Amino acid sequence: MDVLPIVASLRKHRIPTLLIVLEIALACAVLCNAVFMISRRVGDIYLPNAIDEQGITTIKLQGTDPKLAASDIPRNIAALRTIAGVQEAAVTSSVPLSHNNWGWSFGLTPDTSLSDQHRTNVTLYFLGEGAEKALGLQLREGRFFNAAEYADSTIGTAALPSTHVVIVTETVAKQFWPGQSALGKTFYSKPDYFTVIGVVADVLRPFVATENEEKSYYSTYYPVAPDPALRNYILRSAPADRDRILKEAVQKLQELNPAAVVTGATYDSTRRKYFANTNSMVWTLVLVCLVMLAVTAFGIVGLTSFWVGQRRRQIGIRRAVGATRGDILRYFRTENFLLSTVGVIIGMGLAFAINLYLMQHYEISRMPWYYLPGGAAALWLLGQLAVLGPAMRAAAVPPVVATQAA
Amino acid sequence: MLGYYLDLAVRSLKRNKILTALMIMTLALGIGASITTLTVLRLLSGDPLPQKSARLFYPQVDPNTLDGYVAGQTKPDATMAYPDAMNLLHARRAKRQAVMALTQAKIIPQHANEHPYFSDGVMTTADFFGMFDAPFQYGGGWTADDDENRAALVVIADFLNDKLFGGANSVGKVIRINDHDFRIVGVLKHWAPQPRFYTQDLGSRDYGDGDGVFMPLQTARSMDMGPEDTECYASVTDVEHLELAPCEWLGMWVELGDSAAVTDYKSFLDGYVKQQIALGRFKRSDTALLGLMGWLSDQQVVPNDARLQVYLAFGFLLICVVNTVGLLLAKCLRRSREIGVRRALGATRRAIFAQFMVEAGIVGLAGGLIGLLLAELGLLGVRHQPADYASLAHLDIQMFLFTFVVALVASLIAGLLPAWRACVMAPAPQLKAA
Repeated sequence: MDVLPIVASLRKHRIPTLLIVLEIALACAVLCNAVFMISRRVGDIYLPNAIDEQGITTIKLQGTDPKLAASDIPRNIAALRTIAGVQEAAVTSSVPLSHNNWGWSFGLTPDTSLSDQHRTNVTLYFLGEGAEKALGLQLREGRFFNAAEYADSTIGTAALPSTHVVIVTETVAKQFWPGQSALGKTFYSKPDYFTVIGVVADVLRPFVATENEEKSYYSTYYPVAPDPALRNYILRSAPADRDRILKEAVQKLQELNPAAVVTGATYDSTRRKYFANTNSMVWTLVLVCLVMLAVTAFGIVGLTSFWVGQRRRQIGIRRAVGATRGDILRYFRTENFLLSTVGVIIGMGLAFAINLYLMQHYEISRMPWYYLPGGAAALWLLGQLAVLGPAMRAAAVPPVVATQAA
Repeated sequence: MLGYYLDLAVRSLKRNKILTALMIMTLALGIGASITTLTVLRLLSGDPLPQKSARLFYPQVDPNTLDGYVAGQTKPDATMAYPDAMNLLHARRAKRQAVMALTQAKIIPQHANEHPYFSDGVMTTADFFGMFDAPFQYGGGWTADDDENRAALVVIADFLNDKLFGGANSVGKVIRINDHDFRIVGVLKHWAPQPRFYTQDLGSRDYGDGDGVFMPLQTARSMDMGPEDTECYASVTDVEHLELAPCEWLGMWVELGDSAAVTDYKSFLDGYVKQQIALGRFKRSDTALLGLMGWLSDQQVVPNDARLQVYLAFGFLLICVVNTVGLLLAKCLRRSREIGVRRALGATRRAIFAQFMVEAGIVGLAGGLIGLLLAELGLLGVRHQPADYASLAHLDIQMFLFTFVVALVASLIAGLLPAWRACVMAPAPQLKAA
């Protein structure tokens, strides 16, 4: 297809040409950035979390007498185990994505103090006996805590438990000891220290560190004997039993602890609640993108139709001197391809600039390069689809038009 | 003349219904999307206490060690340790001052068959209510003496009073909070600053209903109520006795009458820190005294998502305007013959221009009206979202007017180019060629 006549014709219609190019450029720029934002959010929503998410129900027990924890907790667990369908029951201090975080910073040398610069802040999950089974933690290396380690560890009024053993996630192991096995290694916060006896598959913290996925997995586990800090009862069951178990468990714990505030949820819904805002943002973005593409397509249809209408006579003449319908069709499609190409080139530049601006101001990471050609391809395709209708109408112009007086 | 232009415009718009509908819908979608997101952003970044915010300030000091300290670049921590908060409070160097922390207050219901529940609690000091203009329905706050004497007094919110006492005057009655008896001294009228500026960095309560119970700090602490958020800057052996621990968990607000008072307070703060350095307690000399709105932007209260959505919506509006210009242009250029005839019959350029602007204006107004409907629909969608600010998303009069201005300006811009093209065309060739 000869491009020069098309360019010559476009030069005669500068303003409509400019408008189509501008529209495609803007749509390309916005689309690339919006799709990039969507993909980041969707990535957050589907962050893996190596616990039995579909089998866990959690009941939170607050406002009990802390002095009675040592006797209350075993009694409560025993009562929860009697509920039909409960496979495991145990207590923990917090669960992933619950916003309830207890964090501490550790370093690799025995004199690491809390305000030291070279330290890593991790989440501390305190586990009651059997919680590793109730949560469904997946051991990758080493072993879980034994009964003696659970029985000997207390917190009391301190910030850290008295134990000296810890289980860490694979990400924590990699962060502290890259390229080596973490087993037997120790991290410190003067005067406390903890030695790794096991490494588990990555479990999320009570909150997600947006824009730094790694940090979302800085979770560590400590054994603790019954203690007031252990307020979350974890029940594991078949997914189908969860709703019934939730209701019965809340009722049972409220009966046993009339002065306490008892709230429960399936883990599934805890996770959904955590990401509810993100989820609705994703749908808003998707909706805006679709409407934007539709608007752009309508714009192309409108302007091309106008062009076709204006050039009916010209098309008729070309048909009369031997151009086939295919030639006419190709003419308009090539024209649109040229316009789209200029549009997406400008659009990609614009998309890149917008990303740079957002990176500076809004903690947004760099857009991977493939979003740019991806967005370009989408708009090329959209342009070709949008131009198809008007182009077909143009191709349908009979040669006899050439002989009519306009 | 306007009547005639209107008539012409309506005729012309009717002639090509699909194109007209397309233009109006495009503009309406752009306006609907941008007004929806802008309403949410305005809601989130509003001034929680418009009549008072200019006089409220948030002092900060930095008790951290010199590890990782870069002079001039390290920001002081958001909260204070107990000794500093008490020293600054007791110095009484501002017109009013209060320290505060958040807690979960377990309310034991009056009736035996009801379960206890948690209410958002604030542990604070006497000046809190006067400083923040919290309005009372019954009774009032407590005094500085009550603070020192650890009196078991409480101020409750209207919604809690409704729940517990059916809205009756409950001053003097006793309620059980965290298994202790408290005597009610005051009941607030509806009071829920958006966002809840005084809770920033004390816990995660931003928008929505206000707090339920307000208790004297010392009283609540003596009954083992703990703060929701604690940050420690050195090794801790005992987190129960936070007053003695190297931990920060209190926020402080001061009311300062004028800019001279602000300067005075800042130098008082700097002097305090120097004195603490001399005593060996402090290592860093940085202090901060941000105003209420400055503090909110420092805390990044408005989620970045909300700003990004506004950008996206305005990008979208721009695309819609460009699109409408294109469609209007296409429509007008097709009418070169009509313009030629009108010009030949004596219409001035000004008249042609006015006619096209009226046509664009009609498209804009229609787009604005439908855009308003779409914005209401969008806000309905926002209200059904789970965010804690969701229920507050309503279109106000200002935003309503803004919608129309945006619609009109957008469409007039969209109409400018075709109108200009239409009026500069020479009439003769148009008549001949056609």
